[in-house]
Amino acid sequence: MRIIASLKIAGRALRRNKMRSLLTMLGVIIGVGAVIASVSLTSGATKQVEDQVASLGENVITVFSGNFTSGGQRGGWGSAPTLTLQDAAAIALLPNVAAVSPEVRDREQILANGLNWNTQVLGESPGYPEILNREMATGAMFTDQDVRSLAKSAVIGQTVVDQLFPDVNPLGQILRIRNIPFQITGVLKPKGFNLFGQDQDDVVIVPYSSHMHRITTRTFVNDILVEASSDKTINQVQDEITELLSARHKSPDPDFTVRNQADLMERVSSASRTMGFLLGGVAAVSLIVGGIGIMNIMLVSVTERTREIGIRMAVGARAADILVQFLIEAVTLSAIGGAIGIVSGMTFSLSIAYFKNMPTVTPVNWIIIAFFSSAIIGVFSGFYPAWKASQLDPIDALRYE
Amino acid sequence: MPPNPVIKLDQIHKTYHTGEVDVHAVRGVSLDIMPGEFVAIMGSSGSGKSTVMNMVGALDHPTGGHYWLDGIDVSTLDRDALADVRNEKIGFVFQGFNLLSRTTALENVEMPMQYNRHRIPSHEQRDRAQQALDLVGLGKRADHHPNQLSGGQQQRVAIARALVNRPTLLLADEPTGNLDTQTSIEIMGVFQKLNDQGITIIMVTHELDIARFTKRMVILRDGKIVTDQPVQPRSFAEKELENLRQEQQAVKLD
Repeated sequence: MRIIASLKIAGRALRRNKMRSLLTMLGVIIGVGAVIASVSLTSGATKQVEDQVASLGENVITVFSGNFTSGGQRGGWGSAPTLTLQDAAAIALLPNVAAVSPEVRDREQILANGLNWNTQVLGESPGYPEILNREMATGAMFTDQDVRSLAKSAVIGQTVVDQLFPDVNPLGQILRIRNIPFQITGVLKPKGFNLFGQDQDDVVIVPYSSHMHRITTRTFVNDILVEASSDKTINQVQDEITELLSARHKSPDPDFTVRNQADLMERVSSASRTMGFLLGGVAAVSLIVGGIGIMNIMLVSVTERTREIGIRMAVGARAADILVQFLIEAVTLSAIGGAIGIVSGMTFSLSIAYFKNMPTVTPVNWIIIAFFSSAIIGVFSGFYPAWKASQLDPIDALRYE
Repeated sequence: MPPNPVIKLDQIHKTYHTGEVDVHAVRGVSLDIMPGEFVAIMGSSGSGKSTVMNMVGALDHPTGGHYWLDGIDVSTLDRDALADVRNEKIGFVFQGFNLLSRTTALENVEMPMQYNRHRIPSHEQRDRAQQALDLVGLGKRADHHPNQLSGGQQQRVAIARALVNRPTLLLADEPTGNLDTQTSIEIMGVFQKLNDQGITIIMVTHELDIARFTKRMVILRDGKIVTDQPVQPRSFAEKELENLRQEQQAVKLD
């Protein structure tokens, strides 16, 4: 028997009991809707985290110096004077390294325009904006020449502008750090808070050489920011840095730590992935419950239509024809339910996105998975009733009242 | 040389194993039915006539003996092959009409063609169904649903459905059982007309009046044939209807 004819018969049978068909589909609709909504919400959250991590800079490797232990008191990463400018220069010579910035950090009370403000003062190389994906709003980054000449140049973030130069164009203005005048050469574009709640715009950036000689008189750096040429080389570069620094420091225990953004991304997104699995599991259970609902209704339908089955068999329907007819009916039910579920799940997640201002993403492959799994649920739950129908004896079925 | 029989039953037995006692419903029935015959199978309930009917209709297997339908030994076929035989060679007319409700008359008549082993294009299905309905005088009711039709009209739709696959044999099981006298005679008129066109018809009935419209009467008792004789005198639908009309006028029923 041809498929189109079977579909017609199935459609007619389903339309005969509209309310019942709808209620039967409801199980699948809720199951699929829950899958789509939960996947949309969790992948939206994951995407948000990924974007934020990526905004910290792509392919960035951070080398921290080891922890400094004094009299049993351990200082934490970056406290030991183990990383030097020479280390940074050596890393810059490694293959597949795009940019390097030795980083020196300090909090300082700064003065300008008759106002003062406590903020983070970073010593960096001119490669810093490129490594961390930052752009200049106005002015320019200081140059390599500034690094060599220990120039008193500074680049500031938007928060510092707001606090110290509320009404004045900060470009060319003087900023005093430990009473040393620095000229402002540029302002960074605002970036807001990072994943850890730090204000990325509350910052003053000066050449690392100026920081180390004029402000803090340090001989070591807190950490070294390294940008790998691509995400494919990042692990290789990380290994090479580890190897290089181990050789240079000649210490039995590594006195430094190398981390990359991929590790961070992994850690942050694994939490939302766990959440996704949990929601997906709940949704799968409700999909199975929906399938049981379909099986139940199909069994009722077979009993109700015993006489019809008998008539069809008497005029020459084979067992396989009857099986296919009822199977198509079950699959039609669950596939329509699945389609409605996909639409309602997406509607739900979009309205959440709209009203709660949360990002949601509905991956196309999940739409396909949801649709086909609802169709498969239809095959599984429809098979037993359909098989039962096909095994009826035509004489008994015709006599059935 | 005489033509081959449409139906050849050779020492057919049917035993039901129900519980501890075996029921011998049919005990050695032999019967030849030639093309163009119009046979009534009669008997009281329990005589085995329904069982014979089921086996002739390829709905059931005999437990003993052989049954040839149009030269095919049906008694050895499996379920699927029986379904194909029913589809191609047999048209069924039931006592309860057995139409699919909420389906138009035309779609009811098209239904057997959906199960044809050779695909029939849907426009041809529609044409053939319409022709079959025209043949039974219901051409103008093609898009009516069964619940919009009278009993006699429903039975005509069922006859159209039975004819649509051009079967070798038309099998009617108490076709007038649910109908009043006048409609019964009209339905028998349809059968007589079809038989005149050369269609072989076998009809199970327990009403002697109805059996008189056929050409040959086979009477069963206790699973055996007790009588097999030509119908003499034969009733004709047109004449009977005329008589009925006169009687009704006499009592002013009309």
